[in-house]
Amino acid sequence: MATFLGINLFGLFGQLLVGLINGSFYALLSLGLAIIFGLLKIINFAQGAMYMLGAFFAWMALNYMGINYWAALIIVPLAVGCIGVLMERYLLRPIANEDHLYSLLLTFGLALILQGAFTHMFGSSGMSYAIPDELKGGNRLPFMYLPNYRAWIIISSLVVCVATWYMIEKTKLGAYLRAGTENPQLMQAFGINVPLIVTLTFGFGVGLAGFAGVMAAPVYSVSPDMGSNMLIVVFAIVVIGGMGSIGGAILTGLGMGIVEGLTKYFYPEASTTVIFAVMVIVLLTKPAGLFGKEA
Amino acid sequence: MSAVGDEKIRISDLHAFYGESHILHGIDMTVMQGELVTLLGRNGAGRSTTLRSIMNMVGRRTGSININGRETIDMSAHKIAHLGLGFCPEERGIFSSLNVEENLMLPPAVRSDGMSVEEIYELFPNLYERRMSQGTRLSGGEQQMLALARILRSGANILLLDEITEGLAPVIVKKLGEVLVMLKERGLTILLVEQNFRFAAPIADRHYVMEHGHIVEEVHANELEAKAEMLNTYLGV
Repeated sequence: MATFLGINLFGLFGQLLVGLINGSFYALLSLGLAIIFGLLKIINFAQGAMYMLGAFFAWMALNYMGINYWAALIIVPLAVGCIGVLMERYLLRPIANEDHLYSLLLTFGLALILQGAFTHMFGSSGMSYAIPDELKGGNRLPFMYLPNYRAWIIISSLVVCVATWYMIEKTKLGAYLRAGTENPQLMQAFGINVPLIVTLTFGFGVGLAGFAGVMAAPVYSVSPDMGSNMLIVVFAIVVIGGMGSIGGAILTGLGMGIVEGLTKYFYPEASTTVIFAVMVIVLLTKPAGLFGKEA
Repeated sequence: MSAVGDEKIRISDLHAFYGESHILHGIDMTVMQGELVTLLGRNGAGRSTTLRSIMNMVGRRTGSININGRETIDMSAHKIAHLGLGFCPEERGIFSSLNVEENLMLPPAVRSDGMSVEEIYELFPNLYERRMSQGTRLSGGEQQMLALARILRSGANILLLDEITEGLAPVIVKKLGEVLVMLKERGLTILLVEQNFRFAAPIADRHYVMEHGHIVEEVHANELEAKAEMLNTYLGV
């Protein structure tokens, strides 16, 4: 077995890989949260439920309709995004001028309802979703075994994250988004339909969670509580990265996945708490988060 | 040309409210094609609120606001600019998350014959030099030029300008004055809220004097001398 300075390299890289996989999901979910928070100032507690919906939709599409993984990868995020659009338009917009606490409670309640409904329908033990044939197997690298599907998760989430970052930071549509975040009223006065942008942005942010859900279905068990388990960590990551920074959400998501993976190798007992420890340290030293702007 | 066809803005019995506060109490005014009209008055007289009411940026408004012959009192805010209006807010509204060029390109075209980016950079060479800077890193004068430039690019031919000379150096105020005269020569219609009477007097065709949410006087350019005393009383200059 390959070792270096007494470190079991197979074990280390194995945990690093798991960390990167988790980090990819953290990045996708916190990116969606950051986009939604930026424009709507809403903390979307239903983001985890949307991730769970993504995984269940993929499972149902395969088992009830015979829609395969690749089609689901396109259709499911769109379907989840549409749910987001309806949610913004009919649930969140009517309370848009109230205290933000209301929208937080509403999304939290919605998450509980969805989780409860899926537990009622499918039980809580979880279902499995097979890895698509094209991505079965793996490669033996000098220091580790890399399953194809895991490599696919990392690469495709990175591509989606970078493309989203590019769209927001470098394109005209992104300029509308950034400007709308800063001064929606003036944007309206320039003739831009801000409510429409808000709705579509919410749909997009939620759609990202749906995408993460489809990606997750073959590696994690498809279960009603998969979202709520994930969401707590993702909120810690958003706090660490700083609210409202798009690039920060992506980097922190991946980085915290790696930190978690390394901790699993060196001190497994702390692996579930390390992110919260980092959060405490960051809050004490940089209250606005690593990439956040001081208010 | 008929006088009615030349009316760009006709406001009648406009009342505006922010929450419970009643700010405008029945404003009546008109601005004709190619005119430069100012709203004079002390702070809090309701001049900015008049502009913001035209753009539907106040809490509630009643009465009638006709733009290019179209009633806009019930129109959604994002549709009003497309009648050819360009609004330059008092706080300038430069976006800090956008660079200068992104700020310039932000407002969608509301008419087809807006100034080209080349023309804008020729008019404001500073903006060209600093086009990659963050919008809010510009000096106050440059920010003001940017705020004006971006509505010119959109093709707006009715400009609502709120205190564009406030806090700026005399040389920049002079430049802005020249730009306004140039725009007027091109046939643009301008409604200007201005504190600096010496800036407004030589370039404006007419002035409305506001106090406590009412229009209390209308002064034509050729009556300025005759009504100087009255203006002094209202403006406290």
